[in-house]
Amino acid sequence: MALEAIKLSQDEMLAKAKDLRKHIINMTTAAASGHPSSSLSAVEIVTGLYFGGHLRLDPENPGDPNRDRFVLSKGHAVPVLYAAMAERGFFSVEETMSLRKLGSPFEGHPNLKRMPGIEASTGSLGQGLSIGVGQALGLRLDGKDSNVFVMIGDGEMGEGQVWEAIAAAAKYKLGNLIAIIDQNGYQQTGATKDVLDLKPFADKIAPFGWHTQTINGNDLGEALEALSVAASVTDQPSVIVSQTQKGFGILPVLEETGDLNYHGKPLSRELAEKALAHIG
Amino acid sequence: MAIGELSGYQMGQATRDAFGDALAALGDEFPALVTVDGDVGNSTRTEPFALKYPERGFNVGIAESNMVSVAGGLAGAGKIPVVASFACFLLNNAFDQIRMSVAFPNQNVKLVGTHAGISIGEDGPSQMGIEDVALACSMPGVAVMVPADAVTAKKATRAMVEHQGPTYLRLGRPNVPALYDDSVDFQIGKSITLKEGSDATIIANGLMVSIAADAAKILSDEGINVRVIDMHTVKPIDREAVVSAAKETGCIVVAEEHLHHGGLGSAVAQVVSEEHPVPMGYVNVGDCYAESGDPMGLLEKYGLTAEKIASTVKAVKAR
Ligand SMILES: Cc1ncc(C[n+]2csc(CCOP(=O)(O)OP(=O)(O)O)c2C)c(N)n1
Ligand SMILES: [Mg+2]
Repeated sequence: MALEAIKLSQDEMLAKAKDLRKHIINMTTAAASGHPSSSLSAVEIVTGLYFGGHLRLDPENPGDPNRDRFVLSKGHAVPVLYAAMAERGFFSVEETMSLRKLGSPFEGHPNLKRMPGIEASTGSLGQGLSIGVGQALGLRLDGKDSNVFVMIGDGEMGEGQVWEAIAAAAKYKLGNLIAIIDQNGYQQTGATKDVLDLKPFADKIAPFGWHTQTINGNDLGEALEALSVAASVTDQPSVIVSQTQKGFGILPVLEETGDLNYHGKPLSRELAEKALAHIG
Repeated sequence: MAIGELSGYQMGQATRDAFGDALAALGDEFPALVTVDGDVGNSTRTEPFALKYPERGFNVGIAESNMVSVAGGLAGAGKIPVVASFACFLLNNAFDQIRMSVAFPNQNVKLVGTHAGISIGEDGPSQMGIEDVALACSMPGVAVMVPADAVTAKKATRAMVEHQGPTYLRLGRPNVPALYDDSVDFQIGKSITLKEGSDATIIANGLMVSIAADAAKILSDEGINVRVIDMHTVKPIDREAVVSAAKETGCIVVAEEHLHHGGLGSAVAQVVSEEHPVPMGYVNVGDCYAESGDPMGLLEKYGLTAEKIASTVKAVKAR
């Protein structure tokens, strides 16, 4: 096998997105811990990256130097990454059900030492974009045309280091760097508008010298279009402000619990059944 | 078997929970007390204080460097800021801010790191504070406390608020055995002898005190009578207790939920080497990062068990 960016039809991708959602629920409920709601908001973007023709990868050779990279800076959402990697052929879906168990490489946060295909060890928020800047600089230095995608949480944007990376990426005109802010409106202790309101992201980041787009990130069509536009920008770094809903796909189930943030909590078996039925 | 069961202790509150209760209860007595949170107050348990005194609880978002320097500024304005996050994000992420905004200017900031050690379990190594004691102890003037149970965590909370100058309080996530009743005397820098003994000494802090008590039971069943010292303050360390242990029991094993370098083991070894060299052994996380897993399984896998402490005591005694 060689490097390949898989591109499914939109219908197939919609089905994939449903599969990813189900894997996320199953994994975290089996683990009885983890961050399902944080993972669910990111499903359309991650589906677009892995199955919309964006990430050139080879699961047989995850370290291929010419691959594209995806850094999940909001590392607590790693179930969405494991789900996509499983569907992409890095390992079986069944293996991911060992999430968070002793001895399993499917750790609670991404750990590149234990899993080929993981591009950065994250979990301390705020560092992924800087790592992405470094990767993008290195790839460009070697004359490669690989892209680096980094997903950041909207709460995570409070870390000063993210803004240092934004400045550095602009200085070096990193056209091969694409940041995605998963703006799901919540962080651990509440709504981002109450904890630390940094909106509007695009208006703040554009003056640094970035190309910006703001989309409904839970609309697969919009996500695909935005990723394509971002990839076509080659003379400056590009950010997609992906406006999403935390827990998208199972919102009625979360509504029932009275907690629309549902941060860092797995669904009970009973709620998981309802959620799976809702996803369909 | 649950931790502490062998030595007859009942399971109690987690040290972070005891801290949260104690802090909220101190608010009226200390009007200068404020909290600074980095979007984890519901995990660190500063939340009860912030809910009780909304105008005195500041949440600056996921921004630990800023959080620490803001606390330094609050102290400069006469407040007593308690700044809490996960131990790793507080110490590791904001280390230079602690140095320049807290330790170097000797500001009266109370650093609190929760989720210390590997016993946080499933979240995995990125969330485990296992370098924090070394980092905190490296800075001049910072008192470093690692309470073992709920009662001493409450007393440590009061002690840190009353203390003039920077402190670091290290707390755990899981429930731990209740070792003491309210009559226990807790003073910064003064260890507690949990059990007398003359054949060897186990010096421990945090969760490892309960596990050391279990080890002492295993050893006493084999006729070895060990002393167990709860060294809840790593800095300034109780030199007298260390020296007495060395002189009276002839060997020391140090147990802590921390990396091998720079923690309680190093602090005890410095005193022993300066004052009265004796054979020493260490039970700790070693020189590696851990992994995700259930807390008990992790403690087992990384050797933080009563059996490991007991066998280490025997090996050190035989040297
Ligand atoms: C440096 C750091 N500080 C605090 C945390 C604890 N934490 C984990 S997730 C989270 C909230 C993240 O919010 P956001 O970035 O919006 O991601 P979401 O879960 O909403 O997708 C926090 C505070 C952390 N992992 N890293
Ligand atoms: Mg968010």
